[in-house]
Amino acid sequence: MSVGLVIVSHSEKIAEGVVELAAQMAPDVVLAAAGGTGDGTGPARIGTSFDRVQAAIERADGGDGVVVLTDLGSAVMTAEMVLEFLDPGARERVRLAQAALVEGAVAAAVQAQGGSPLADVVRAAEGAVVSLRPEEFEPFVTHAAAAPGAEPAPSSAGSGTEGEPGSTVRGSWTLPNQMGLHARPAATLATGLTDLDAEVTVNGVDGKSVMLLMSLGLGQGRTVTVEAVGPDAQAAVDFVGREVEAGFGEPA
Amino acid sequence: MRMTQPLDARWAVLWIHEAARVVAENRARLIELDRAIGDADHGENMDRGFSAAVAKLDAGEAPGTPAAVLKQVAMTLMSTVGGAAGPLYGTAFLRAATFLGDAEEIDAAAAAGMIGAARDGIVARGKAESGDKTMVDAWTPATDAAATATQSGANASEVLAAAAAAARDGAVATEPLIARKGRASYLGERSAGHRDPGAESTALILQVAAETAGGRVA
Repeated sequence: MSVGLVIVSHSEKIAEGVVELAAQMAPDVVLAAAGGTGDGTGPARIGTSFDRVQAAIERADGGDGVVVLTDLGSAVMTAEMVLEFLDPGARERVRLAQAALVEGAVAAAVQAQGGSPLADVVRAAEGAVVSLRPEEFEPFVTHAAAAPGAEPAPSSAGSGTEGEPGSTVRGSWTLPNQMGLHARPAATLATGLTDLDAEVTVNGVDGKSVMLLMSLGLGQGRTVTVEAVGPDAQAAVDFVGREVEAGFGEPA
Repeated sequence: MRMTQPLDARWAVLWIHEAARVVAENRARLIELDRAIGDADHGENMDRGFSAAVAKLDAGEAPGTPAAVLKQVAMTLMSTVGGAAGPLYGTAFLRAATFLGDAEEIDAAAAAGMIGAARDGIVARGKAESGDKTMVDAWTPATDAAATATQSGANASEVLAAAAAAARDGAVATEPLIARKGRASYLGERSAGHRDPGAESTALILQVAAETAGGRVA
């Protein structure tokens, strides 16, 4: 099992859409939508429903915990009420994340897919919001060569790894694939690194955070620099190197 | 001296019936208030919630204490209202019920305490403060007026009447305010000049609480 997610939105469509998006990167995570309100007879209305949130938490709770993500104000209030009504046993493994709904859900889902414990999944959700700076997404969107303030890409190809066992292991490679380090490769890296016993940074950000990796906005031709410390440091750097050199299996 | 009704479970049921009636009667007005500064659903949501609460009370055996009535109302509102009013009024009625405990009848101190507990629940749930242009701006003066009335020896229905009058004044006083909580806060200064719909529905509900108790709202 893994930590489950509940997506609470005023809109049934938003909740289901966020579940659909997050599920793409987290096929084994239970993602439960609790969007809209209504008595079940007609189409859902805009609003949040105590009953729907309660039922979604029950669906998502496989024993390892549940992270609840919400949209606007009253969704938070409804979720808080439901939490207050849970049995103490269930209550202690349910967390309400203070996170941006879409980005937080994707980051949390990837983290949960990697088998991380509840606290890490909450942290992933809440940390996702730091990447919400549009200028960082801009080069990612346009495939431009450089992000503002970023280092220019070197002309040479991958330079391999260096380092002693027990110390920092480093490696640098050039992104060969057309799309660069977009959502799917970011998820691949973050998910693969999650299981390894090492502190890993990619261009200075946490390599186990899909949102932070995406926020780098690294396009084709840009350099990926990995630094890892810990028992699995070498394995971590090797893993990133393999994935980057293979262009994540995407067209160059 | 007006006849006053004992504030027991029967009164609580009567209050909720009257609340449903007055909310239905003001449905369009609450929608209009909410359309000006929010998402235009407050009248509809409140009408649906209180209608459901009445239907639930009428369907089963009437709960035996005021607290049991208010708790059932709270649960129904939470499940049926949908908007922010659901968790807020749900919490208000729930906290009021918790405050009343097993009491068969509500005296002056309990009436004031019930209103204060409801207000505290709303503040805890919505994190709004006085002056944010929310229902707190009706509940807080109501709480203060109820406490003052109790201290000056008023009976329960007079306490409710004092609370209702203060809630109504509080609702009116939200008109010039700039919203700092809820959907209206997105409008910033454009929210000024409109009465807050949640404060208005609070005033209506407290007014019928006083009226059903036999109190005269000044």
